[in-house]
Amino acid sequence: MHFPEDLLYTNDHEWVKVDGDIAVVGVTDYAQKELGDIVYIDISTLSETLEQHEIFGTIEAVKAVSDLFMPVSGTIIEVNPALEAGDDGSEHIVNKDPYGKGWMIKVKLDAPLPDNLLNAADYRKMVG
Amino acid sequence: MTKRTVLYPVHQELGAKIIPFAGYEMPVRYSGDKAEHLAVRNNAGIFDVSHMGEFIIKGPRALELIQKITTNDASLLHHGKAQYSCFPNLTGGIVDDCIVYYIRDNEYMIVVNASNIEKDWNWIVENNKGIGAELLDISEETSLIAVSGPKAEAIVQKLTDFDLSGLGTYFFHKGTYNGAEKSLVATTGYTGERTFEIFLYNEHALRTWNDLMEIGQEYGMIPTGLGCRDTLRLEMGYMLYGNDINDETSPLEAGLGWITKLNKGDFNGSDLLKKQKAEGLKRKLVGFRMVENGIPRHDYEVAFEGNVVGKVTSGSISPILNIGIGMAYVPTELSKPGSLIDIMIRNKPVKAEVVKTPFIQK
Repeated sequence: MHFPEDLLYTNDHEWVKVDGDIAVVGVTDYAQKELGDIVYIDISTLSETLEQHEIFGTIEAVKAVSDLFMPVSGTIIEVNPALEAGDDGSEHIVNKDPYGKGWMIKVKLDAPLPDNLLNAADYRKMVG
Repeated sequence: MTKRTVLYPVHQELGAKIIPFAGYEMPVRYSGDKAEHLAVRNNAGIFDVSHMGEFIIKGPRALELIQKITTNDASLLHHGKAQYSCFPNLTGGIVDDCIVYYIRDNEYMIVVNASNIEKDWNWIVENNKGIGAELLDISEETSLIAVSGPKAEAIVQKLTDFDLSGLGTYFFHKGTYNGAEKSLVATTGYTGERTFEIFLYNEHALRTWNDLMEIGQEYGMIPTGLGCRDTLRLEMGYMLYGNDINDETSPLEAGLGWITKLNKGDFNGSDLLKKQKAEGLKRKLVGFRMVENGIPRHDYEVAFEGNVVGKVTSGSISPILNIGIGMAYVPTELSKPGSLIDIMIRNKPVKAEVVKTPFIQK
């Protein structure tokens, strides 16, 4: 499994990439593997301001459903339109490319980064 | 302590995701739930279902015991024939569902769910008091490999001279398979596809799995896990013990009237079931498909006109239909196909329609 060094991670298996006051958020390679085939992702929190740990969406896989949790606090300014791609039977973009084309939201940070985010090595250790 | 089947190292080597299931570490998926599901529908999949339980009941009063503890009429069985059945309890519910195999005169094999092996065994032992049939639990020494799909017969046939094409559904052949004596090959699958369930003593399982894997390659067969087994059985409207049926659900409510032979003579709970039938059922297990977007899941509430009227017992997306499907107990007045119900998905009512099962045309 792959955990890029330039990302931060949460216990809930989200990743964050920070660029100035904007954070890009997605789920980890571990999360997509655990979930299996993703069917669709429901994010209806665009423009909402949420605290860290609040639910910003849900992810439905064939065998499981999981909530998506804010890794940081801030306002959701963009939802990846590619997540909504129609189901043509091919692998979901989040299964295929969880750190790239499968990103989920962009968040405008309204507070300093929380200190409970993990680096790649610690996250790798956690998922064992 | 979780147990492992003798094929556990193979699953590991194949990179399967292993989960604890019914006391065993079992492969839930190898390549992907959908790919495995579609392989079984289109070509073939190979399952390790060695966790299932196998009991032998024999002796001159074996049939008497089986008739007492199961709802179906085992007196209709004959050599080489199997039947789907269930163990009713004394309070109108179900101890487990099972398959009864007529091995020879006065000898039967009963296959039960892994999660219920101990519970079923104790139940049968208790019911055997005063009857005295001979009981054997051969679960530990028995492996079970299932090959399922339209190509299954061609694959499984390669390792035996016995002509499998003559085996109708719910029949079996006992004999040598792939050089392993006292094996049993049965057409008792649970996916809706032509299936061969191969019961072997443990020492033959690994070799036979590997041989089947090699033969299966050219037929597009892949290893398939419990994940797709669940969506395959759900598409057929087959029930899973612990989800759709349990100690509190009646076989009649569950739509198992076809295996509940109330005229075969008295059996456990038959008075209650007769009474229930005469009085009419208050609720029924139905299949439903989502009309609006959403995937139903086990334990979601079912609502009608704002009131909670039942619970989803099984739910998933159907890989074939690409929509959410499920089963739920609903009041009898809502059980007719075409009835509209709401499935409560994350506190929101989402429309679904009661439909006949199977969900897919076979």
